[in-house]
Amino acid sequence: MSTDDDMREALDTFVTEARDLVQQLEEGLLDLEVRPAAADTVNTVFRAAHTLKGSSGLFGLRHLVQFTHVVETVLGSVREGDLEVSPGLVSALLPCADHIGTMIEGLAGGRLEPDAAQAAEGAALLAGLEPYLGDGPGATAVRHAEDAGAAPERSWRLSLRFGADCLRNGMDPLSFLRYLGSIGTVSRVSVDDSGLPAAEQMDPETCYLAFEAELLSGAPKEEIEAVFEFVREDSDIRIVPAEHQLDAYVRAIRAMPESDRVGDVLISSGAVTELEMAEALHIQQEQAVRSGTRPVPIGEILVEHGIVPRPIVDAALNRQRKTIETRSQDTQTIRIDAARLDRLIDLVGELVIAQSSTGLRAGAGGEAQSEVMRLVDEVRHSALALRMVPIGTTLRRFERVVRDVCVELGKEVSLVITGGDAEMDKALVERISDPLLHLVRNSLDHGIEAPAERRRHGKAAQGTLRLNAYHDAGNIVIEVGDDGRGLDREKILAKAVERGVVDADAVLTDAEVHDLIFEPGFSTASTVSSLSGRGVGMDVVRRNVTGLRGSIEVETTRGAGTTIRIRLPLTLAIIDGFLVGVGPSSFIVPLDRVTEIVELPSGPLGRDCMNLRGEVLPFIRLRDLFDIPGEPARRQSVVIVEQSGQRTGLVVDALLGELQTVIKPLGVLFSGLSCISGSTILGSGEIALILDVGPLVADHSEREHVRARRAA
Amino acid sequence: MSTRELRRIALDGELTIMTAAEQKERLLAALQGSGGLRVDLSGVEELDTAGLQILLLARREAARLDLPFELGAPAGNVAAVLALAGLAAEEE
Repeated sequence: MSTDDDMREALDTFVTEARDLVQQLEEGLLDLEVRPAAADTVNTVFRAAHTLKGSSGLFGLRHLVQFTHVVETVLGSVREGDLEVSPGLVSALLPCADHIGTMIEGLAGGRLEPDAAQAAEGAALLAGLEPYLGDGPGATAVRHAEDAGAAPERSWRLSLRFGADCLRNGMDPLSFLRYLGSIGTVSRVSVDDSGLPAAEQMDPETCYLAFEAELLSGAPKEEIEAVFEFVREDSDIRIVPAEHQLDAYVRAIRAMPESDRVGDVLISSGAVTELEMAEALHIQQEQAVRSGTRPVPIGEILVEHGIVPRPIVDAALNRQRKTIETRSQDTQTIRIDAARLDRLIDLVGELVIAQSSTGLRAGAGGEAQSEVMRLVDEVRHSALALRMVPIGTTLRRFERVVRDVCVELGKEVSLVITGGDAEMDKALVERISDPLLHLVRNSLDHGIEAPAERRRHGKAAQGTLRLNAYHDAGNIVIEVGDDGRGLDREKILAKAVERGVVDADAVLTDAEVHDLIFEPGFSTASTVSSLSGRGVGMDVVRRNVTGLRGSIEVETTRGAGTTIRIRLPLTLAIIDGFLVGVGPSSFIVPLDRVTEIVELPSGPLGRDCMNLRGEVLPFIRLRDLFDIPGEPARRQSVVIVEQSGQRTGLVVDALLGELQTVIKPLGVLFSGLSCISGSTILGSGEIALILDVGPLVADHSEREHVRARRAA
Repeated sequence: MSTRELRRIALDGELTIMTAAEQKERLLAALQGSGGLRVDLSGVEELDTAGLQILLLARREAARLDLPFELGAPAGNVAAVLALAGLAAEEE
């Protein structure tokens, strides 16, 4: 693999991770808008920005580094408590997250530098952050009134062993002690003169003394450490939390947000400074190199060198272990290329064939054989389960949409998401996200009323939009519900008549009327906003949903709200089918299309149609359609399928029952076939074609028309 | 030994690294052959670590010789240093 390929691959990984980080950033910011004081969220958001900056630096993406640096700085002051989260701040930061996202997508497309427009946008966004930057104008106004002085005082045990030459270098240890008095209260000073040599050997200009002292101060450890900056190199300076405060540290560490690095925990607890940690890591490395063994745990080194007492290290280790445990419990995931998964599923399919052919050869029966069959089936199931992802991530993306739309329309809406852990096929999740977006916007725009109108109707000013997902009989159901004004039957009907969609004197059920909103070009909104109401959307939604073998329905109560329910199969990779046989060939009809099955009446039939309970039912002879040789069976059956309200029969020789099966797409060679949607391998190793009912019926009626015209 | 007199010695000016070598010789010389030492610090204007460790050295020497060693009458800022270092002056 060349360096370029390596680079490309690394960049791909970066892009994938960066997308996650941008999303974390966005979700976190939205969360902060609701809970401005959520320390864990502040941390997450800060870390996301920080990691983005760091990784961008690795790739030399200067514009990204510079941009995220500013974002990180602002978030840093939030984390330090210098800056309070305000709606203004969130509104300034959210577009920054978008901007970072745009640049990441640019990277994915191979553009390493932003174009002029993006650069200008970046500059404008940074200008928007100006007021929140520490040195910017107005910064003092938003700064927290409390400063470091108000921090709780902590007691430190100082052990100061100065370098022998410090006196000669003009550094007087006593002056350090005096200076400490200016940042806290120094007490219990003791002088250790055990280093003094015999009088004759004693050099008056060499420092032999060591000091111990206790310091009570509100200053962070870094500040105390900084006092000794100039003598640090030659001296041995230890600043350790006083013993009677250990409990406080242990408690603080327990309450900290999760982190998987002991070092980070210790540093953020304030017990260890970054400088000390760097030193300890250095010692750890040196030791490992010298002894040629595995490095000693960093905690041990810290304790051994008296940098931090053992109880604090233990608490930090505990914290780390808990973090790892929770992670392994709920969010441990690995990324897999989808193509590899498909390959696995394919292989499992092959395995099924190979296995059934050995079964035929070895003769029927055999306990081992059936055990292998069971296992193969289980393997297939688990392989398919690998494609399943929780839908929550997709649903949570709508938080942003809701927020932005509310700002734009001046509405107040709270989004309630339930059932986010319901799983469905990843490919489906991606394809359903756009239709959902339409529905969400629609609800916000047309469904939920403006606050004033809501109050007039005696509702709470704040509307509620519910996104709910659950599994139901092998399907996943996703609901988009609002507590808005509901659908107006009369208005829809009037519009439909005006558009000529229905006759003026037609009698329609409520469900049929509600279904009209999915007709192309149908919008009853009196005002066209930028969001919806342009008459595109709902019909696209329905087309997309049916394209995914799903269905959509509306439930509405005038004045109380509308719920739109989408029902989808869990996966596109499996189909519930009905297996039929025609001569030696097998076909699968999607089960959700089959309405009933009747026997083909014997005797001569006129045109390809029959009498079904007094109605004319056209049918298609699959044997003729696919040119299958041989004589038809004596008793043929008609599988009745329904497509867009139109019923058609399929004449077959044998009914072989229901089955759930893996869909294998057809090769490019067969891409011209419109009435076959794929193939599958049966337990017997035979191939069955899956019928695509829509085109099948449409093609047939077209042919009939042509024939009828010719005959005429 | 106890028959010999407590010798008084007055230090003045600064008791710092600038004068440490010289003061060390003075103190150790004064201790030699004395019945103990009382160091009058009233004239000392400045005391640093170098000075402090000379005083500590002298005290240790005195202890080694089993002789009394007293510090007396330091001025304000010097007294503060001694207090900080845990070296209290003794009232006469």
